[in-house]
Amino acid sequence: MTLFEAILLTVITASTPLLIAAIGELVVERSGVLNLGVEGMMIMGAAVGIAAAITTGSSAFGVLAAVLAGMAMAALFALLTLGLATNQVAVGLALAIFGLGLSGVVGAPFVGVQREGIGAIAIPYLSDIPFIGPVLFAQDPFVYAAFALVAGVSWFLFRTRAGLVLRACGENHASAHALGHHVLRVRFLAVLFGGACAGLAGAYLSLVYTPFWTSGMTAGRGWIALAIVVFASWLPWRAAVGAYLFGGVTILQLHAQSAGVPLPTQLLAAMPYLITILVLVLVMRLRGGGAGPAALGQPFVPDR
Amino acid sequence: MTTPLLDAPLLDATGLVKRFGALLANDHVDLRVMPGEAHALLGENGAGKSTLVKMLYGLLQPEAGHIAWEGRPIHLPEPRAARALGIGMVFQHFSLFDNLTVAENVALALDAAEPVPRIAARLAEVSRAYGLPLEPAREVWRLSVGERQRIEIVRCLMQDPRLLILDEPTSVLTPQEAEGLFATLDRIRAEGRAVLYISHKLEEVRRLCETATILRHGRVVARTDPRTETAASLARMMVGSEVAALRHAAAPPEGPVRLSVRGLSVAPDDPHGVGLKDISLDLRRGEVLGIAGVAGNGQEALFAALSGEVLAPRAEQIILDGAAVGRADINARRRKGAAFVPEERLGHAAAPRLTLSDNALVSGHAASGMVRHGLLDRGRMLGWVDAVTRAFDVRKGPRDPEARALSGGNLQKFVVGREVLRKPGLLVVSQPTWGVDAGAAGLIRQALLDLARAGSAVLVISQDLDELLEMADRIAVLFHGTLSPAEPVAGLTREAIGLRMGGAA
Amino acid sequence: MRRLVLERRAETPWALTLASPLLAVGLTLVSAVLVFLAMGRDPLEALFVYFIMPVSDAWGLQEVAVKATPLVLIAVGLALCYRSNNWNIGAEGQFLMGAMAGGWLAVATHGTGAGAWLLPAMLVMGALGGALFALIPALLKTRFGANEILTSLMLVYVAELLLDWLVRGPWRDPQGFNMPQTVVFAPEATIPLLMEGGRLNLGTPIMLLVVVLAALLVARTLKGFEITLVGEAPRAARFAGFDAKRLTWTVFAIAGGLAGLAGVLEAAGTVRMLQPGLSPGYGFTAIIVAFLGRLNPVGCLVAGVFLAITFIGGENAQIMMQMPLDVTRVFQGLLLFYVLGCDTLLLYRVRWVRRAEA
Repeated sequence: MTLFEAILLTVITASTPLLIAAIGELVVERSGVLNLGVEGMMIMGAAVGIAAAITTGSSAFGVLAAVLAGMAMAALFALLTLGLATNQVAVGLALAIFGLGLSGVVGAPFVGVQREGIGAIAIPYLSDIPFIGPVLFAQDPFVYAAFALVAGVSWFLFRTRAGLVLRACGENHASAHALGHHVLRVRFLAVLFGGACAGLAGAYLSLVYTPFWTSGMTAGRGWIALAIVVFASWLPWRAAVGAYLFGGVTILQLHAQSAGVPLPTQLLAAMPYLITILVLVLVMRLRGGGAGPAALGQPFVPDR
Repeated sequence: MTTPLLDAPLLDATGLVKRFGALLANDHVDLRVMPGEAHALLGENGAGKSTLVKMLYGLLQPEAGHIAWEGRPIHLPEPRAARALGIGMVFQHFSLFDNLTVAENVALALDAAEPVPRIAARLAEVSRAYGLPLEPAREVWRLSVGERQRIEIVRCLMQDPRLLILDEPTSVLTPQEAEGLFATLDRIRAEGRAVLYISHKLEEVRRLCETATILRHGRVVARTDPRTETAASLARMMVGSEVAALRHAAAPPEGPVRLSVRGLSVAPDDPHGVGLKDISLDLRRGEVLGIAGVAGNGQEALFAALSGEVLAPRAEQIILDGAAVGRADINARRRKGAAFVPEERLGHAAAPRLTLSDNALVSGHAASGMVRHGLLDRGRMLGWVDAVTRAFDVRKGPRDPEARALSGGNLQKFVVGREVLRKPGLLVVSQPTWGVDAGAAGLIRQALLDLARAGSAVLVISQDLDELLEMADRIAVLFHGTLSPAEPVAGLTREAIGLRMGGAA
Repeated sequence: MRRLVLERRAETPWALTLASPLLAVGLTLVSAVLVFLAMGRDPLEALFVYFIMPVSDAWGLQEVAVKATPLVLIAVGLALCYRSNNWNIGAEGQFLMGAMAGGWLAVATHGTGAGAWLLPAMLVMGALGGALFALIPALLKTRFGANEILTSLMLVYVAELLLDWLVRGPWRDPQGFNMPQTVVFAPEATIPLLMEGGRLNLGTPIMLLVVVLAALLVARTLKGFEITLVGEAPRAARFAGFDAKRLTWTVFAIAGGLAGLAGVLEAAGTVRMLQPGLSPGYGFTAIIVAFLGRLNPVGCLVAGVFLAITFIGGENAQIMMQMPLDVTRVFQGLLLFYVLGCDTLLLYRVRWVRRAEA
């Protein structure tokens, strides 16, 4: 394996949690809901995932538990924002704070416990293709899941009736309601899906990427996933581009640190955050304003 | 149509009750629609028409009463159930999605899961059959209002309805577009489909319908054949009493020009909007100038430019009492004696969750002495509320309630009164009586006329042609951002104005 | 079958405005009991340690005031932001930036025996540093339309890393055994204590003054009205001739300035040096304080005191009952959920109704 291949491989691993979380949030926002609590759902996924994996000794159980934890957090968010029509921005912030705290409590007994990460699965034949093979087809299952999510969500949103209804709820909930679509039900399911994705992304962090628990280990990835959705103009394949871009920046700064680039390591570590800001500005400048779902972030209370 | 079997009603609703908080929107309403009938549902704004049809379409649940379809009792938990029976509905405020295509918009209203390309093909077929041309792949925001309504109608027809409900369909159309709609409706009726036509426009109802149910304050007050009535007799049933005629001065005023606009062009502020193109007008002391036009032809841009919410490109494009104010902001114009009443009461003219005294401050902080050295004078703010309340008969519970606690008519009286009381030299008002009960509308119109007769200049932007014909000395028409020359009302006919509203002259 | 229905209220009874945060606090206490039970602890003992012990003696009360000072200072600024729909969630970064800007003076003049000008200059530098740092997301929002939630949050990480670099690199105490921290500030660069031997310093009266000024601003001035109106009804604000973009700058500058002031007060008063763990998350907890205080300056004071108690209670519980510190954050998060949920009561009437049957 060449050095370049090795770097690409690590870029893909670093990008995968961002991509999974971003795709989930993309669906949520397409339905008209802004859930800022991705960070909180993600870290709960990480904590519950490793706790379940260590307790049961099964990585699969860990992943399942992480997904359920993300969904439980999302359900809490949905209860407040959809059931009680509360301000989505504020509840999203609350979810982030709450998740960071609760994950610390859940993860506390597991600090310092090392375990084997989930290994790679090479796809027969495909992984033998020179260059592309080892980079794309000899990865861990999460990477494949991320690919499948991008394709699946893209197909769902733009090729199925349910996807059309979901987009309609995000564009104009009053009209969708008038046509008899169940706006709150659609949004609830979308929020749950977002929670499941964030939980899965968290499981990736604690079960594969750094296979042990540290408090606050998401390190702002949930927030970067939110930025990726904006960058992607709410299109799944562009979210993939965005996620690999951010993953690339993360890996490059790590390589730069280890290669002894004469810059403070803190400056290099700040690069992903600074790039996020830069990208948010550039995207707004190039696109000349928001192109998000028209009803994004607005609470809906049906007359009955 | 004379066989006894067909005499059974298609739809028979009895004793429907619907309550919103303290408001009894429908009070034991009965409605019977016969097969193939064109049935009008008449009533003022707020009489309960929309509530009634939303219950018939499964969007609202009645608290009491029964609905029968072809003699069988039915329950409509959601619109899907209504559509399955053959009830279709065209909404007043279209239930369309601007960023989706025509075909996608249609697909969202169909219950069978059909792939969008197949829907597009069927759509083309139906729109051809009824003479309602539509391009399936276009996004809705690119379409005109008339085209948008076509989508609503076509997607109802694609479900082969037995009863088509239309909620105020002509309120957004030019008279000529409305004629096209009537032709379509005639064709739909010729196929034996019934039409339930909601309107407060009496001439339309007389032309189109053979039965009318009239609602007032949530109750059915009359059932009649509108063709045997006069517009005046229908209006009496709708309003309940004769509406007082306005006291109108005889001669159009010839005072000095107070507001002069020259060659004003403004780009639209969002890509879907309409801007202004080379607008010129003169408004004299003592005069009421009416700006007619169908919604979405630049009314918002005109109000924003005249008020200073959006600045004109050059100062001398707007002259107020001799001063070039095109580059002056809204408060500078207020200090020069101008006042403004925007179209939207809640959210634009007033903040819903703030008290009336705070809302008095919204337009009053610049020129009414409510603020000194940056500090609020709460006493003066309250005094202003009291003065408006007295002069405009604003009905409210506490002395200083939140704006959202007032009814539409009372809030409108407040936001108009808030400006009129300052005796402005120029008043620009948009849709002064939109959605307001007849009593409040009369009071507001009279106040505007009195203000003009006392020497102010009043500019009224309105989509209600009757209102303009009643109040204005001269009328100009706004179409696609251009303004026709203002002409004295005496020399104008409804037809002439209607043609201009459609861009035909 | 029964279902929950929200009915819009025409008017909010003022008693509810007071009752809703109290209800939220009550629900949090009930949840706390459940959490303690789930953790197998005696809930009464835990409640005592968390909520009663911190306020049961003079020392504890002082400690509460010391912790409440930064919380309230930051929350008052955030309340102004949130009132006007400006979602500044980067107060943690602005706090650190203020500490660094003020701390720079202390480090640079260390050992020179600077005069009485030093301390006021540090406070001004701190406020200025926080304000300028907060103006970055404001600028990006008004000039480019970039989402201020994300940009202000990203800058928190940047500020943390900058502080980390400074105290490990250029500003590290040469005699500090390689610890990542600056020198201990000289007495002339230290906020004076109110009482000899106590913990309270000048920061607390400054905080109280800020609360009074902010309360006056909100209730009695045109600027305060502008802040409220821009948040309540942006189009009405434009109709009133208010410039929402300029206001974004103003409130971000105020919030950043107050957070920066809190930062320098913390660095030069309570901690007396710069170090990476300078803030135990004050900037984020202040978000909860702002909402619990109903975005009202006086409310923020009350809410800040309450959250300060949970901070100290959390520390007590860690020492005395071996409970993880994160339990405090769980309570804080829960409290914010309840506050927001109870807010629905203000706008809507919640009713259970029987679903209409055929």
